[in-house]
Formats: sequence, structure tokens, C-alpha cells
Amino acid sequence: MIGVGKAKQYANVLDKPLSRGRQEVSLSAFAFLFSELVQYNQTQVDNIAELERRLEDAGYAVGARVLELLCHREKGNRRETRLLGILSFIHSTVWKVLFGKVADSLEKGTEHEDEYMISEKELLVNRFISVPKDMGAFNCGAFVAGIVKGVLDNAGFPAVVTAHFVPIEGQQRPRTTILIKFAEEVKQVCFV
Amino acid sequence: MPPLTPPKSGDALFASVDRVNAELFTLTYGAIVRQLLTDLEEVEEVNKQLDQMGYNIGTRLVDEFLAKSNVSRCVDFKETADVIAKLGFKMFLGVTATVTNWDAEGTSCSFVLEDNPLVDFVELPDTCQGLQYCNVLSGVIRGALEMVSMKTEVTWVRDMLRGDDAYEMRVKLIKQVPEEYPYKDDD
Repeated sequence: MIGVGKAKQYANVLDKPLSRGRQEVSLSAFAFLFSELVQYNQTQVDNIAELERRLEDAGYAVGARVLELLCHREKGNRRETRLLGILSFIHSTVWKVLFGKVADSLEKGTEHEDEYMISEKELLVNRFISVPKDMGAFNCGAFVAGIVKGVLDNAGFPAVVTAHFVPIEGQQRPRTTILIKFAEEVKQVCFV
Repeated sequence: MPPLTPPKSGDALFASVDRVNAELFTLTYGAIVRQLLTDLEEVEEVNKQLDQMGYNIGTRLVDEFLAKSNVSRCVDFKETADVIAKLGFKMFLGVTATVTNWDAEGTSCSFVLEDNPLVDFVELPDTCQGLQYCNVLSGVIRGALEMVSMKTEVTWVRDMLRGDDAYEMRVKLIKQVPEEYPYKDDD
């Protein structure tokens, strides 16, 4: 068992009842923290790809924990084993808990059958961000892509997940699309 | 000049701002701490970086706080501490702190937190015992107070992650910087 023979605080964390997750903090508190995350990582890299990779790593760590937490709390210790099941778990349960709403859309790619897309008109992490011109296609959504990847990988559906801006006609701000491309082994099992 | 509208209560203030799930906040903070530990390797360096991040946040957060809370100038450090504990913590983190342990001069006091949204799901591994996990908070206080002309020193006295019964932050007023005109950006 985890925690046996470890320091006392170990037992404490596990003994603590799982919170119901209704607690809130102000959006600004999160926005300030997130902006520090981005700024700190900017000092650690010399190109955009590397910066996105680091944000994705940070998100991945969140995703892995969110999967575990929500499987315990929302799904009675059961984890999705079907591809569509886990995708809709992300689109609805994960999104609802983390961002307070279900994602705007979940679509299957039209060109490749192993690609899925989750789109959000105004992604939380992009709300206060304006990307300077010289940073090209940089997208803070990489953090959310990391969360999605973290959930998928740890649920047994490894995938490459990336975030992209997609302009919408008549709107000033583009929407963010999280593109999920499943790994070969998932393809072999789920797309036969 | 008296304020046009009285300061809001902490609860009203918290109700009036946009909010997000605390778990997203907690887990994101955890990801930051872990990234720092990997990059910087030394726990002391991580403490410093967290404090710096908090400072950066504090210097910006104070503007939003003043704009939304209708708080006017505090008469002394005691009132300042009260405002931070009852309104500041509430507005941003949804919790209130208790102010205690004043020294005789009224220049240093403790903020005691029983609820701390930063530390859900956290346990300090043996290798990180020197880590001041919540150092971002002390940095925020220091940064925010500096923007209202108060130089402070903030240290952690108690930490539940180290087995104490509450979180206690000691805030010591070093000096009140007189306001000067014209304000310079480059000092």
C-alpha cells in the first residue's frame, strides 16, 4: 500500500476525504499564476516549439492527476476503455470540472480517421493572452493540449495532442482547436 | 476624500469576481513547482523563484484589488493587515486569514490560514523537506504591499505540509516609503 512506512504526512493526504471539488478561486488568481508559468518558461527556451513543449509538459502533469481524481470521484473508480468513451469523458466531464462548462465541440477528423478535434471558442487559458506578432503561431492552448494528452496517455490511449488557432468568419478572436492524433497502437486496436 | 461607495465585504467581493475551479488552480501550481524543481534542482533556488513569481503577481494583483474592493487608503499597518486577511485572501482565493500575534510596535503580525487552496493533494517528499511550497503567497503579499509604499519582509512560521497545525505567515513592516512626486518608473 502506498504510504506505509513513510512520513506521517503521507498517511494524512490519503486519509483526507476527497473533496467534492466545488471549491473555487478567482479567475484572476488562476490567470496571474498561468501568466507566471508562461513567462517563466519563456526564460528557459529559445524557440516557440520548445516553449509549447514545456507548457504541454506542465499540462500533462495536470491531466494525469485529473484523470485519477475524476475516475475516483465522478466515475466510481471506473476508467473508460473505449475510444469514444474516453473522448467524451474529456469533452464533458474533464472540461466541466476544469473549465466550468462542456467543450464547445468534439469532432472526428474528416481526412484521417485517427484524428479528433475538441474546439473551444474562448479557451480559458487564451482569454487574457494576446500573442505578439514575432511569436507566430504560439498558442497557450498547448497547456490544455498537455492536459488532454495527460488524460489520454494515462488512460491507455497514447496520442499526439496539439493546439491550434482557427479563425472564425465574422469574429475577431480565433477559436482554439485541440487536435488529437492517436498513436499507431491505438489505431490497430480501435480502428479495425 | 471619503470613498464614494463603502468597501465591499469579503463575501460580496468574492461573489462579484469571475471564478474557476480551485482544483485547476491547485494542480497548475503543483505543475509549476515540479517544473521548477526539475529545472533548478536546488530547493533553495525553487523557494527563491516561487517568491519572485509571487512578487510579480503581487505587483499586478494589487491594482485589481484596489479597483474592485472600493477600499480607500488604510490609516495604519494594522488596518492594512486586516484588509488583506478579510478582503484580499477572500477575493482571490476564496478563503479568509486570521491576523494575530501583533508585536508591541504594531509593525509585525501573523496571517494564519487554515484553508489553503494551494496545497490540496500535496505531500512533501523526503527529498524536498526544505521546500517552502507556498512561497508564492508570501511573494504576493510582499509585492502587493510594496506597490502601496510598504516594504515588508514575509516569512513562513508554520506549514501544515511540515506537520504543523496551520499555515502561518509572519509579515514584518520594514519601512513605509514616502510617496514622491513625480513618480519615476526607473528607480
